[in-house]
Parts: sequence; structure tokens; C-alpha cells
Amino acid sequence: MTGGVWLLRRLVASVAIVFAVITFIFILIHLAPGKPCSENLDPRVCTLLTRQFGLDQPIAVQYWRYLVELAHGNLGMSFSLRRPVWDALVETVPFTLQLAGAALVFDFLLGLGLGIYQAARVNRLPDLVLGNATLFIYSLPTFWLAPILLLVFGEKLGWFPVGGASDPIFCPQVDSLYCVADRLWHLVLPATTLGVVGAAGTARFQRAAMLEVASQDYVRTARAKGVPERQIVLRHQLRNALLSFITRFGLAFPFLLTGAVLVETIFAWPGMGRLAFDAILTRDYPVVTASALIASTVVVAGNLLADILLGFADPRLRVHAAADADVVTA
Amino acid sequence: MTLGNWFALLVALVVAAEVVRALRHRALRQERWRRFFRLRTTSWGLGILTFLVLVALAAPLLAPFDPNRQLDIVHLTNRPPSWTFLLGTDPLSRDVWSRLVYGTRVSLGIGALGALVAVALGTLVGALAGYYRRWIDAVLMRGVDVGLALPRIFVLLMAVALWDGLPFAALVVAIGLTSWFGTSRLVRAEVLSLRQRDFVVAARALGAGSSRVIVRHVLPNAAAPIIVSAALGVGNVLLLEAALSFLGIGVPPPDASWGNMIADGMPSIYTAPWSTFFPGLAISLVVMSLNGAADGVRDALDPREAP
Repeated sequence: MTGGVWLLRRLVASVAIVFAVITFIFILIHLAPGKPCSENLDPRVCTLLTRQFGLDQPIAVQYWRYLVELAHGNLGMSFSLRRPVWDALVETVPFTLQLAGAALVFDFLLGLGLGIYQAARVNRLPDLVLGNATLFIYSLPTFWLAPILLLVFGEKLGWFPVGGASDPIFCPQVDSLYCVADRLWHLVLPATTLGVVGAAGTARFQRAAMLEVASQDYVRTARAKGVPERQIVLRHQLRNALLSFITRFGLAFPFLLTGAVLVETIFAWPGMGRLAFDAILTRDYPVVTASALIASTVVVAGNLLADILLGFADPRLRVHAAADADVVTA
Repeated sequence: MTLGNWFALLVALVVAAEVVRALRHRALRQERWRRFFRLRTTSWGLGILTFLVLVALAAPLLAPFDPNRQLDIVHLTNRPPSWTFLLGTDPLSRDVWSRLVYGTRVSLGIGALGALVAVALGTLVGALAGYYRRWIDAVLMRGVDVGLALPRIFVLLMAVALWDGLPFAALVVAIGLTSWFGTSRLVRAEVLSLRQRDFVVAARALGAGSSRVIVRHVLPNAAAPIIVSAALGVGNVLLLEAALSFLGIGVPPPDASWGNMIADGMPSIYTAPWSTFFPGLAISLVVMSLNGAADGVRDALDPREAP
């Protein structure tokens, strides 16, 4: 099978997965008891609204209508925000991307660095200290670490703002260099919360991957023929250990999404996680479905991207990529 | 804290330390189990877990106060840690130590039950898919693909938020039902390689039925990934429950779980950080111990990584 056919098959499968996820979420929402009207709303108004949004129709009809609208690129109207879901997402998704992107960079740079450093000094003092530290940090709940960081660096020391994404007076919009700096300054604590826990996991993973490669014959051969230790680590061990790291990269997205819901809620970060959380509490069905759509697309795209990168990085996988794709990601 | 509480705490600590010491002592005689205790974090993890299980069992002996009683809403809110209130009191004047002790039951119980559901399902699906292959494999694994792409936190939030007053057991099952996808992939990969091995082929040739081959020959040899994902699963489920409780939709008040204790303490975190700090520390300790123990199991049961 050639690369093009493989890619096409994976793309179709990915779309099918996202489709299945939306269907599942749609059914889950509509099986739930209760209506999206608040309790102190006049029942007559509620009936009117229900009819207006088509919620009195059978679920199959609603589902069909939703799909037709979706095919036209229309995500529907939000019940509680009284505006198109698309607009709400356009406003919030960039914030989540900034947060997740910063956390990802933090996670990978620090995690990879620590993992490689530990593996190079395996079972010596730095490795043992870092090993215990990463084990502990990896186990911290983000929703606990976040308030602690807020308490220490926001409230007590006053180094960073205690919430929000920008200064509401000077920087309602990011339109100057000062405001970019202001955004980054607001980003430090939330991104650190997500990034540091991820980095500890990445470091543990990368250390194990490096050590697994270290026992391979080609590393022993390189050492026997007198290649400098530094070059063995960087060129022989790291290159091969990065292959399993690519898979991990694809799996990082679900963690970031889950973390984003909690971290955004704690830091009052106006991102998609918070939008979705509020939407679930107010039974804002279109927003919930659209958020699930985006979330699952990101997860599936992450996996696909990792597999494609793996195909480029590892020549051994090129021919058999399709047959073993599942096993590799497992 | 009364003298009796201190004594019970001391006994629990000593018993936990002794249990681990005895286990370790016995393990040193066997090659495989010696590797289990090779890492110091494994012993510590096992010790902490044993201690917490003892705490959960002996909660009434360790807690000086009723965990749900508001002692004195006027005078005793947000008291700092002292000899009477070992870990202080929370914004509703409840004793944090007593709540932490009783919360151990809830949090560990949910973790263990949820992980049991998840691992059982994951093993079943993984074994069926890996052993029977063909269309069963295709159908099940496509389902797992979808499950892995599900935004799990959304699904759980929806399940809890949309069905008001979901009973406690249903929450545990819901968490378990959304946590088995990774395990099933690991088990499937293991079963795929095992089903080709000589002893499995031999068992089949001797006329053993499929279910017997799977249960008696294949699964025991796939124990490593199953046990490891069970240990990690308990930690994950516990974290998820805590996250849900933190968002205010997990274990309903007034019952204490470590997650809703963090949520209860949040409003006064700047003035009384102890009511948030200690439950979070407890969660971290448990998850850390489980991760450490999982490392040990991986070392002991994975023959490929024998250093």
C-alpha cells in the first residue's frame, strides 16, 4: 500500500471517528431528562422557545437537522448566550490554543531535557533525585496545584495576576507589544500548572525510552568503536528514543484538554474548556456538541499527525505503516 | 485529637511499616519478586497504600470528631492546625483531619471500584479482540478508537450534570465505563503475540475450548500489562473523581471526599489554606504510591526488561 492510499484511509477513518463521537454526545444529551429552561422561566415562554429551537421534534429529526446544518458549516445558535455557537467558539478557542500551546512547549522542552539528562546519568544521584521529583510532580492533581501556585505566586508574592487573560483596562485587545507581554504575563501561572505536570510525565517517559534504546546492539557497537559518549547519546540513543516520543506527542492532547477545563475554570481563563463547562451546566446543547466536536477533532488529528510524523521519522514503518498503525499507537 | 486517636495512628503506621518489611523479607528469596522491590519508591508506595487502607478501615478510631458535624459555625471556622484540630477546621467549622480520614474511605473506594470496572471491561474486550481477530477485532477496536477520541471529562460532566442526583454507585460505574479503552489496547496487543506461542497452540491442539484457552493460558501470561494498568487506573479514577467533586458535581455533600474537600476549602484558600492543602496532598500521595508500585510491578513481571 502506498503512502497516499494509507493517508486517505486514515483520513476517512478519522472523520468517521469524529462523526461517531458527535452522534454519541448527541444521543447522550437528548436522553437526559430535563429541559434547557431555567426554573423561574414562565412555562409558556419555555414551550415557545422549545418549539423555536425544534426541541419538540423526535430525536431522529433533530439529529438529521443538526447534521444537515453541520454540513453547511452551521453549528447552530447557543441557547444561553443568544448568539451563534460559531462566534462564541471563535472568541474562546484562541485562548485555549494559547494556553495549551504554551503548556505543550513547556512540557516538551523541560520534559525531554530532564529525561535525556537522567538517562545519561542513570542510577546516579541526579537521576535518583530527579526521578523522585518527577514521580511526585507527575502525581499532582492540576486542580490542586493551580490554587497553590495562585496562592504563593499570585497572592502572597504578587508576581503574577490571580486570574483572567489580560489587563481589562489597558489591554482589552491585544494590539500592542505591551499587551502581548501582558498576555504572556497572565499566561505564566496557568501554563506552568499544565506544563509542569506534563513535563514530569514526559521526563519519566523519555528516560525509559532512552534506557530501552541504550541496551540495543547498535549502541554497544558505537561505544565499542570509540564514538564519543556525547555523540552516542545524541545521535544514536536520542534519535531512536524520539520515535516513541512522537507517539506520546499524539497522546498529549487529551491530557491538555482535560486539564484546560479545570485550569481555565480556576484561573478565569476565557477559553473553550470554561465555555463548555458552563454550557453543560446550563444545558446549552449546541455549545456542548460543538465543543465535543472540536475536542474529538483535536484528539484524532493529534493521533493522525503523530502517525504521519512517525512514518517520516522511521523508515522501517513506511511500508507496513497501515497494518501496524494500531499496535504502534497502543 | 485524643490520646486514643494518636495511639491508633501510631499503630496504623507501625503495622503498615511492618507489613511492607515482612513482604520485602519474603520477596528477597525469590528472583522475580526481588525485582519488585528493587526500587525504593515501590516499598514506600506499598507502605503508604497499606497505611491508607488501614486508615480507611479504622476511620472511627482515628477521627476525633464526626466528619460532617459543624462544630461551632461562629467561633470555630477556619481554625489553623492545633493539637485539638490536627489539620485545622474548614470554612464550615468541620474538623479537616476527621474529614480527611473518612474521605479516605470514599476516595480509595471509588478509585478501587472504578478501576475494577475499567480493567475488567478492558481485559474482556482486549482478550476477545486479540484472540478471535477477524470482524470481532475490527468492530471492537473501531469502538475503542471512538472511545479514545471521546472527550472523557465532557462526557462525565454531562452524565452527572444532566442527570440530577445521580447515585454514588452510578458515578463510579460511569467513570469506569469511560476509562477502559487504553487497557483494552494494551491487552489486545499482548494477546495477539501470545496466541501464536507454542503453549497456546498446544492447548488448542489438545482440545481445550476457546474460553478455557483464554482464561487459563493466555490471560495469566498477559498479567503484567493488566496489573500495571489496574494500579495506574486506580490513580486515574481517583483523580477524575476528585476533579468532578472539585467542580462541584462529584460526591454530594456533606459526605467528604478528597475532591470536594478541596472545593470546600477553595473560597477561603487565601486565609485558611490548610483545608485545601491537606486533601490535595493526600491525593498526590496516593497517586504517587500507585505510580511507584506500578513501576515495581512492571519491573517484576516484564521479562523483557531484566537488567
